[in-house]
Amino acid sequence: MTDLRYSKDHEYVALDGDLATLGISDYAQSQLGDIVFIELPEVGKKVAKGKEIAVIESVKAASEVYSPVSGEVVEVNPELGEAPALVNDDPLGRGWLIKVRVSDPGECASLMDDAAYSSFLKTI
Amino acid sequence: MTESDVATDAPSALVKLPLDAAHRRLGARMAPFAGYEMPLHYAQGIVAETLHTRRGASLFDVSHMGQAILAGARATRALESLTPADLASLSPERTRYTQLLNESGGILDDLLVTRLPGVEERLLLVVNASRKQEDFALIRAALPQFDFNPLDRALLALQGPRASAVLGALLPGAEDLPFMGWRAFDFGGAPLFVSRSGYTGEDGFELSLRAEHAEDLARMLLSHEDVAPAGLGARDALRLEAGLPLYGHDLDETTDPVEAGLGWSIGKRRRLEGGFPGFERIRLALEQGPARRRVGLEPQTKAPLRDGAELSAHDGEAVGHVTSGGFSPTLQRPIAMGYVASNHANVGATLSAPLRDKRVDVTVAALPFVPHRYFKTPAGKDAR
Repeated sequence: MTDLRYSKDHEYVALDGDLATLGISDYAQSQLGDIVFIELPEVGKKVAKGKEIAVIESVKAASEVYSPVSGEVVEVNPELGEAPALVNDDPLGRGWLIKVRVSDPGECASLMDDAAYSSFLKTI
Repeated sequence: MTESDVATDAPSALVKLPLDAAHRRLGARMAPFAGYEMPLHYAQGIVAETLHTRRGASLFDVSHMGQAILAGARATRALESLTPADLASLSPERTRYTQLLNESGGILDDLLVTRLPGVEERLLLVVNASRKQEDFALIRAALPQFDFNPLDRALLALQGPRASAVLGALLPGAEDLPFMGWRAFDFGGAPLFVSRSGYTGEDGFELSLRAEHAEDLARMLLSHEDVAPAGLGARDALRLEAGLPLYGHDLDETTDPVEAGLGWSIGKRRRLEGGFPGFERIRLALEQGPARRRVGLEPQTKAPLRDGAELSAHDGEAVGHVTSGGFSPTLQRPIAMGYVASNHANVGATLSAPLRDKRVDVTVAALPFVPHRYFKTPAGKDAR
């Protein structure tokens, strides 16, 4: 695993070579509250940076998740079907959403590192 | 990521609750609702707060709701001119649920009416926050000969199977109040109105007192090991599980009490005599059955259906729509309510609804989803 990079929409990417693990930040899960259902894309789906890749349903609302990178979905977290609350409990670990084979690793350069994301959260 | 349906009122326009600081100290996540900045949930979260209410007791701050007293000789009969309830038969210290209706029988608001004790006719009204300005203006305009005074009081709700024991220890006798009974207690020299009512389907109480005493009461109740704070999110989940309609979602000016499943609240005498707005429509709906009905809905999917989703029959005909939808923490599955054309509204009927780019089956279900557990006065101990 490498360092995490964050989008302004509160998604994170952990890039290992051209394989990106995507999820939502701890701030995002705390804002959503209890997560009860997650709709994930199918393996093989092409995703584009900034496009919707998943929908997270909390008790109170549905929220869209946008992909911070472009590429192809190669794996979805199999545990979330039965245990969507893993995203609340461990958003950066067992609560990851999907893995994407990225088409342009350079896209990650525009994302925030930990320090920049922490600063960004203070402006919200 | 973005949240699709969280209200976006300008924070500057929001009214703070009297216990605002206390909520923040308890770790509340605040959110706008009906012009107020309300605790949406505390550190435990909506699911845990809902489950705690069904097992122990939860304290809710519902001070945003409107409270007022209508007083004067024949005030009861006068209020009957705006509502379909039999208020004339309401005994002192008893509460009744009813609705303010418009001329076509549509619901302007739903409210609780309590006949206060004393020789003078005085009625305590509790109305929805989102409607209180309109309600108060309507009552003042329609009943100008009566004293009508909004009350500047906090309103707390203590709800759950442990509520009675907790409140009874603090206010001896409260545990003996009948369901929909009311009594004024003394709380440190201040009058505390206790009503055995609520919006969760559980036994519980609503507690009205001046704001300067409310924090003391909240602190004393929360110091009990069985009591935890709960927010608006849990309150919404609890009332949906209990099949209770929410004004602005399940009730509005286009819905009448019969199709809303509130026919039980229309007094027998009123059905014969009328004398309330929209009597013709309501009489017809009672005689012939309503064209559509509020029903429970069980989505056959793990994803909740939300307010506004259209409901279709198998042939694709639009037959209704969802008015409240969410996830039931108690049942651990999605539940919803909505209006469905009466010929498609039988329990067990299968409808469908769009969910993003798919269609999901939705089964019509009986309400409530979670059985009510209101207090029943023990036999031989009739309170009145």
